[in-house]
Formats: sequence, C-alpha cells, structure tokens
Amino acid sequence: MSRLLNPDRPGQASIRRRNGKLRDSRITLSHGSGGKAMRDLIDDVFVGSFGNAVLEPLEDQARLNLTNLVAQGDRLAFTTDSYVVDPLFFPGGDIGALAVNGTINDLAVSGARPLYLSCSVILEEGLSVETLRRVAHSMAEAARAANVAIVTGDTKVVPRGAADKLFISTAGIGVIPKETNIAAGRARARDVVIVNGTIGDHGAAILCARQDLALGTTIESDCRSLHGLIRAMLEACPDIHCLRDATRGGVATVLNEFAQAASVCIRFDETSVPVCEPVKGVCEILGLDPLYMANEGKLVAVVPRESADTVLAAMRAHPAGRDSAIVGEVIAEPQGVVLLRTVFGGERIVDMLVGEQLPRIC
Amino acid sequence: MKYVDEFRDPVKAKVLLKEIEALVERIALCRQRPLQLMEVCGGHTHSIFKYGIEPMLPKAIEFVHGPGCPVCVLPMGRVDDCVALAEHPQVIFTTFGDAMRVPGSRKSLLQARADGADVRMVYSPMDALKIARANPHREVVFFALGFETTMPSTALTVLQAEREGIKNFSLFCNHITIIPTIKAILDSPELTLDGFLGPGHVSMVIGTAPYEFIARHYRKPIVVAGFEPLDILQSVWMLLKQLTEGRCEVENQYQRVVPDAGNDQALTAVGRVFELREFFEWRGLGSIDHSGIRLKQSYARFDAERKFSVPNLKIADPKSCQCGEVLKGVIKPWECKVFGGACTPETPLGALMVSSEGACAAYYNYGGVDLARLIRARAEKAPAEART
Repeated sequence: MSRLLNPDRPGQASIRRRNGKLRDSRITLSHGSGGKAMRDLIDDVFVGSFGNAVLEPLEDQARLNLTNLVAQGDRLAFTTDSYVVDPLFFPGGDIGALAVNGTINDLAVSGARPLYLSCSVILEEGLSVETLRRVAHSMAEAARAANVAIVTGDTKVVPRGAADKLFISTAGIGVIPKETNIAAGRARARDVVIVNGTIGDHGAAILCARQDLALGTTIESDCRSLHGLIRAMLEACPDIHCLRDATRGGVATVLNEFAQAASVCIRFDETSVPVCEPVKGVCEILGLDPLYMANEGKLVAVVPRESADTVLAAMRAHPAGRDSAIVGEVIAEPQGVVLLRTVFGGERIVDMLVGEQLPRIC
Repeated sequence: MKYVDEFRDPVKAKVLLKEIEALVERIALCRQRPLQLMEVCGGHTHSIFKYGIEPMLPKAIEFVHGPGCPVCVLPMGRVDDCVALAEHPQVIFTTFGDAMRVPGSRKSLLQARADGADVRMVYSPMDALKIARANPHREVVFFALGFETTMPSTALTVLQAEREGIKNFSLFCNHITIIPTIKAILDSPELTLDGFLGPGHVSMVIGTAPYEFIARHYRKPIVVAGFEPLDILQSVWMLLKQLTEGRCEVENQYQRVVPDAGNDQALTAVGRVFELREFFEWRGLGSIDHSGIRLKQSYARFDAERKFSVPNLKIADPKSCQCGEVLKGVIKPWECKVFGGACTPETPLGALMVSSEGACAAYYNYGGVDLARLIRARAEKAPAEART
C-alpha cells in the first residue's frame, strides 16, 4: 500500500522529489488521488519533516538491514496503534506526538529498543494544510528526540464528514535484547509495584481541552516516550517482571491485567499513588476516578522486592520518572483480584472499568 | 485539596470509630440483631463503597442502600420511551451520561446512538437549550431525570426557553420526589430499619422540615448527611447517639451546605413549572402515589410526552431480579439469585446494577474480598442463567 508514498517510477523519485512544493491551504480529494498534488503533499509535508536514509529512496517499502537488528537482540517487537484524539492539539502535546510516543511506548514496555515506525494518515477533505504541517513537524520532533526513524507511510483523503479532521496510524518495530523477559504473567508474591509519576494527567488534559466543560483550568498531558526510562530501569534490574504503559483504562486496568495473568493479588495504597492537585480537582467535580484515567507517559512496573529500591532510585534519576513511587505489592491470595486501601483507611476491590467512565449526575 | 481532604482524614476517622463502637455497646438491640441504617441517597452508597466504610464499622451496624439513585429506579418502559423519542428523525435527544447505559427492553440509549439516533451527552439542561438554539430546524428533547437536586436547573431552563421564545425545546420529564417513596418503604410490612441517613443534596433544596413525619409518626431517627466519608461516619454517630438516648429527631449533619429552610428561589422555580403526577412507576418498587413530577398544563408546550406520541408501555422487570427486596433491605445484594451471575454491571438485568450509585453495582465493583470470590464462582457457574 506504500505505493502512495511514491507515485513516481523508481529512479525518478530522487530527482523530482525536491521539486514537490505544496501551495494549497486546504486538503482536497486530489491530495489523495495518487497524482501530482499528492506527490507534492508527501514531498513537502512528510519527507521534508521525517527525512532519513531509509525513507529517502521512497520505495514502496522500507528496507531494513537484518544484521543491524540481529546485533541488538534475539526477538523482534512489532506493534500497531491508531490515534483519533479530539482535539488534535491539547496542552502538553498533539495527535502527532501521541502517535509517535504511544507506539514507541508499546514497543518499549517489552524491553525492546524502538527503531522504526510507519505512519499512515487519513485526512478529511478541508483540513488546513497548516494543521497537517504542525502535526508532521511534531511527529518528526518526537521521533528525533527518541532516536527513532519514520521509514514508510501512506496517505488517504476522504470526503468531508467521512472522518474527523485527521487520523493517524503508526506501526513500530524494535529489538528485544537477549536476557530481557518481561511479561504480565510473571508477577510473583512479594514483588513490588511502582509507577513513574502522577497519574491521570492525559485523560484530564483532554477533558479540560474540550470546550464544553469550561472548567477554566489547564492540565498538561504527560505525553512522552518512555524507552529511555525503561532502559535505565533494566540497567538497574535486568529481571523486571512486568511492565505496561497505563493508557486507556488507566493504572487500575493494568493492575487487573497483571493480577489476572499471573493469578496473584495486587494490593495497593491510595495515598501512595501520585495524583497532581488539578487532576484531583477535575476528578472530584466530574465524579471520575484518576485510577481509571488515561495516561500517555506513565508505566506500571512489577519488580522483585530485593531490587525495588535500586529501580526506584534509577527511575527518579531519569526525567520521565522524577515522581516515581512504590504504590503497592503482590501477594498470593485472593488470586486475580486488585485490592485498594482507601485514603480513609478502608479496603475495597478495584475492578476493570465497565463501559465509558461517565460523570455521575447527583 | 482544600475543603475536601479535611473530610477524608483517617486519623479523625479512627477517633469517630472508637466512639461509634462505644455507642453500639450501649444499644441493647444490637445484641439481638444488627442495627439497620438506610442511606437514602445513591451518592452516599457510592461514598460508603468508594472509601470502604462499611468494613470499618462494627459488625452490629448494617447499611441498607435506599432508592435514591434516579437512574436505578427508572422503569424499563420509560427507557423504551426515551429510545422511541431518540429514534424520531427530527429529534436530537440530550441526556446526562449515566442514563446512556440503562437497558430498555429493546436497547439502551447508547445502542440507539450506535444504530443512528442523534443522542448527545450534556452536562446541564442549559447545554441542551444551547443545542436547541443552534439547531432551529430540529427538535431538541432533554431527558430530565433526578430528584429535587436536579429539578431546579431543569425548571430554570424551561423558564429561560420561555423567555427566549424557543419553540424546538422540550423535556421528557422523569423527575421524581423522594418523600413519598421513603413513606412507602416505612409502610412496608417487612420493614426492619432503625434509622435513616437523609439525602444531602435533595435537602439543600427542600430543607429538613419534610422529614419531620419520619421522626414523629414512624419514630425513626434521621440525620441529613454530607457525602464525604467523615460526614457519613459523623452521621452514623449522630444516629447512634439518638438511639442510645431514646430520641427520634430530624438532625442536620450537613449544615455547611443544607439550610434547614431549604432554598426558596429553587423551590419557587420548581413550583412555577412542575406539578405532582398522581402516581409514578419505580423500578423495583412499583407504582408510588404522588412520587412523579410533570410539567404544568401552562408549560405543556415544553413537554415531550405531549408534543410527540410516546408509547408509554409498562414493561415488567425480569422475574429473576430481586431489586425490590434489596431496596427495602430485606435481602443483601449478593443474596439475589442473579447477582454476579446473569446480572453484572456489563449486562445489568436489574436496576440496581445499572449506575455506579446502585447498591448492586457498588457491591460488585467495590466489594470486599469474600464478595469477589463469590462473584467469580457465580460467573463461572451460570453465565447464561435465566434472562426471564
């Protein structure tokens, strides 16, 4: 399908690419037609931003050197994700940064070193070219910061109303080092549960950015890549048992996944879970629970008790983990259950979220 | 968080719990059977579970979770009416989020939206009015739901629509009033309740006087309570204090929000546009006289039931559900035949499993360890048990 990145015959691309210049101010159906308008769009907006040695030849596929990959580990990590966030731009990030960092994080929580990304965009007719440029620029920035290359892609334009402004799909490839074995089923009794900072920031930021709530507070999304932090954690303790980024469904969902996969109980303490004050406030007003709110730069780790302090220290020394905290522990019974000691001193179950997390009315 | 954390202080909780234990010792009744205290309002049920309050209390105190969750007590036939209105091609149906998932006999509003109906979630009736202004060629129906807490904002929205001469806005009115329902529960022959935690938000509007009959005629103590965990503990303490001293009074723990006289302006707005229905159907409790609210004849043009033809069918609750018995405190949620098996928050059969403020959903989501085991065992045993 990558044909659309290179409508030209092979060989001519590298000569004519530099000429591609997009002069329109709005996306029209012709930008997805496979003709000159599309080539200009790809050259000017995407290649101009993403430019790298693998992408440059503009073949229908990216060609990756196997020897390079094999030298870095013994398993390939491969993941894909789609991004449809509304609004496209929000405090702390935008759909582009999200699409890059989200896929990097999905790779990184396996212990993999993220290397290559693909980028498919679905554009709604009428989208401003300026918006698309900003998003592409943001993707390029995020990829550069993470030392990851966007090496192949695709562009489609659909008529007005058939999609909402801009959707992005990214797939990613990384390599898992030989000794690393991180899996949800590896949580063991006596292990310790750590999160890398305040939870619920992304979910609350999106809620506040949607105008209809008019909450008058600005919360920044925590959107960021986590592979640097994870590398530091693995250096501190190569035997990390479980690792997952707490995106949709939040920390509560990840803990339930671990408890069920490993048939253990995870018990944690509400007072030790970091939540920033504005997020607490938004949750309070809307009757939401930060434990279920989405994050885009937060992970939950289960580590052997003996290594907990070393891992925590390594996390706190990294910019993505300054507010890391031990929040709970793994115990044997009751299997598959997550227990919370509430701020008030009571104890209750924390289950998987059912349906959307909707505000209560009274 | 200022003004919130103070009411969640675990150190203060310990002090209160000690005093509550001492009071329980002095109540002779507690040696024969657990003391049953009904929290009328779903907001209280939610707090009790969210903070894990019940297991902190002496075993001699049991909470009975009352009918004060407007989403839970909405009969299935009314949900069907909502869906019918929403499916009208001219209509934009606006609703609070909680009501979206309530199952009707055919489908929920969420399913109706997936099937193409224009259903929009709003945070206030004024948002619905805004949609009406922006779409003059469509009919905007607001799903008015709730007790006296939400009634004033609906009333003010109708008055605003009248002032602006907006013609494409109407209510599907399902407001209900709590007092006749408390009375119906008190008249129930199976009643074993010893006291009430009165609804805080409702009382902010109606004041404390309407509860006098509970103390005077039925000789039950009632304390109007706030929603933070320390509010609830203090209210329990106040109820126990009344019981040890042989008093039956209406007391107000939530004085920082609830004026004893209520809110005059709110009541005036409600009185201008609304009147009592002769009777109204409650899910799990049946028909209760003078418990429903509708628009007055002079505001009939804002009444969706009169503006559109609404099927208004009575749909019986599934037979296997024992919501009514749970609401009256006769059985505990997990003693219901279908709890955790055929009836779960994902596929609720009964009303009390629907909203997070419903007693059954609260037990299911926030219950203790033993309950989690029970739920798991039932789910494995009978996933497809009788949808009768």
